[in-house]
Amino acid sequence: MQRIYFDHNATTPVLPPVVDAMAAALREEFGNPSSVHHFGQRAKAVIDQARSSVAALIGADPSEVVFTSGGTEGDNFAIRGTAEALGPSGRRHLIGTTIEHEAVLNTLKALGKRGWEITLLPVGETGIVSPDALKAALRDDTALVSVMHANNEIGTIQPIAELARLARERGAHFHTDAVQTAGKIPIDVKALGLDLLSISAHKFYGPKGVGAIWIRRGLRLLPNVTGGKQERNRRAGTENVAGIAGMGAAAELARAKMAEESARVAPLRDRLEAGILKAVHGTLVNGAVSARVPNTTNISFDRIEAESLLIALDLEGIAVSTGSACSSGTLEPSHVLKAMGFPAHRTQNSIRFSLGASSTAADVDRVIAVLPGIVDKLRNLTRTPVRA
Amino acid sequence: MSGGVDSSVAAALLAEQGHDVIGLSMQLYDQRGTETFGTCCTLDDLYDARRVADAIGIPHYILNFERQFQDTVISNFVREYAAGRTPLPCAHCNSDLKFATLLDRARGLGAERVATGHYARVEQSPDGRWLLRRSADPDKDQSYFLFSLTQDQLARASFPVGALKKTEVRAQARRLGLKVAEKPDSQEICFVPDGDYAAFVARKEPAVARAGAIVDTGGRVLASHEGVHRFTVGQRKGLGVSGPSPLYVLKIEAESGQVTVGPRAALDQTMLTASGVNWVSIEAPSGSMPVSAQIRHRHRPAAGRVRALDAGRAEFVFDTPQPAITPGQAVVFYDRDLVVGGGWID
Repeated sequence: MQRIYFDHNATTPVLPPVVDAMAAALREEFGNPSSVHHFGQRAKAVIDQARSSVAALIGADPSEVVFTSGGTEGDNFAIRGTAEALGPSGRRHLIGTTIEHEAVLNTLKALGKRGWEITLLPVGETGIVSPDALKAALRDDTALVSVMHANNEIGTIQPIAELARLARERGAHFHTDAVQTAGKIPIDVKALGLDLLSISAHKFYGPKGVGAIWIRRGLRLLPNVTGGKQERNRRAGTENVAGIAGMGAAAELARAKMAEESARVAPLRDRLEAGILKAVHGTLVNGAVSARVPNTTNISFDRIEAESLLIALDLEGIAVSTGSACSSGTLEPSHVLKAMGFPAHRTQNSIRFSLGASSTAADVDRVIAVLPGIVDKLRNLTRTPVRA
Repeated sequence: MSGGVDSSVAAALLAEQGHDVIGLSMQLYDQRGTETFGTCCTLDDLYDARRVADAIGIPHYILNFERQFQDTVISNFVREYAAGRTPLPCAHCNSDLKFATLLDRARGLGAERVATGHYARVEQSPDGRWLLRRSADPDKDQSYFLFSLTQDQLARASFPVGALKKTEVRAQARRLGLKVAEKPDSQEICFVPDGDYAAFVARKEPAVARAGAIVDTGGRVLASHEGVHRFTVGQRKGLGVSGPSPLYVLKIEAESGQVTVGPRAALDQTMLTASGVNWVSIEAPSGSMPVSAQIRHRHRPAAGRVRALDAGRAEFVFDTPQPAITPGQAVVFYDRDLVVGGGWID
């Protein structure tokens, strides 16, 4: 079966040059980067090179980039590290948004149980956080504001430059989870005026299990993982050299191809979206279409259980996704669509299509061609239809 | 696919026969909480199901039926206990979830039938009627829990292990190299793994924990109790009353909260009526018809005569009195191994 992969916001295939860089690191650079000798120096050089590449992707200085095990660790590091650094001085208020990834939401919740005060900013049905809402939520004791750069489910881009300015005016750290924008749209941490930014390699054609956090020079942040003095004392543990090499290679490729790839994928996404809206009645796009990452569309299908549609599409060889999966792998109502104020049924009838490097016009057209039949069948055979 | 040996072998046999098989598992309750997980369809069981599907090379998906399970099976379970009856959730799960919502979902995916690991046999008679028969393994037979399947549901049901004995199913699992070959059978009602139904019902519906009186057949109050949901007709243990001879629950009246107890002999009854009757092998009989009736899972069917009443009800008269005819349980009418029909005991 010819399979179509439209789930690039979940993860991306590792590009061949990335595999090559990782294989070379695994084969040839076995040294411990902390070792003084030749072998250690070579491994260290691999990491330094990758650090420069990752820094270049986000407009940062390499010395400000710390490698992590991925986006979740970066989010934890930013939030817990700030909470621990600023908590003792009386800043015990943390702000997030209702549409953050679980890595942020559940970390905030965990701190909420331990005495920190948590405010989650609302979003309207555009899926965009308003600066006024942040302004109203900020307090003198706010330690951190964490707002994702773009939402993973609907792709909306948040006005983080303005949000960051407001936060920093009040002396709070500003963190953004840029997992869904790194490699998709340009990021310049300095121009955006951020303090902390976390990214993950596997969302831009790098390997899983490696990510990075950018920490503005001079920022007070306590480490999450303590031990040796790796990563300038900010993240202990012998480095994942091959993973980091892969992330560096992926960052290089992403930076080189971003403009071209974005200009190629956005029209494909628009074609898919327009095609589905036209071919399948009872469909709606979720979230503001004016400010989105170029590869994502999220569509509600009237009288459909997203779970069934996802499975039916998979059986046709088309991989898509919905909101978040729970521990067993089943689907839950989307907390993002719920936060946008949509009624219960619309949080369970939405499918996310996220395109990427391998996506072609032929893929798009095949999806548009098979969807109406699948949707009709599901609508006709569902005993307890879900109304939109 | 529950992750157990029966549904695993069912799937593997169908795949081996060349059918196009899609593996589906149902998640029936929230797996994240700190509450004790059930005995079936826990994360471990879903893991087993996934491993089996991978081993036999079929796609596998987990459907989130938490809401539907709550709305159909659990709410009925709680309601029945609150009404002083003793529910049979597995039968409701079969007719109201597996061969209802799950079947619809499967049809939406293009499936012709839903196959399960039930020990029962379904076949079509020459005149086109779908028949339900007991399994080849009398110890494992589950036809009692399937009596409420309609003709439409039976037409889309498949029980690949129904013609096998349990030992043969395990042997097949070993032959097929399935890791679940020696997995123990599940015993309890899946969503009450500790077997404490009363505590479960009280958690779900605190209002049921309403004190009442335990009385003898003469109406004399013997003791008080903490809710009718703690009792089942025929129950002897845990009554908190003692007499010269053992006492059994004879009757539960939810409205007054009164539980009547009496001697063993008083449990015997000759007649029952049932509601929601589903005629399986025949249309509703016009007169009285000799069949045998099974009134609980482990009951040996007893001979008697059944007569259809109006409004989907039926009356059954036993040739010899039967102990502890329990409202809420199913009565299933058999003609040897053939399921004639069944209903819910009033």
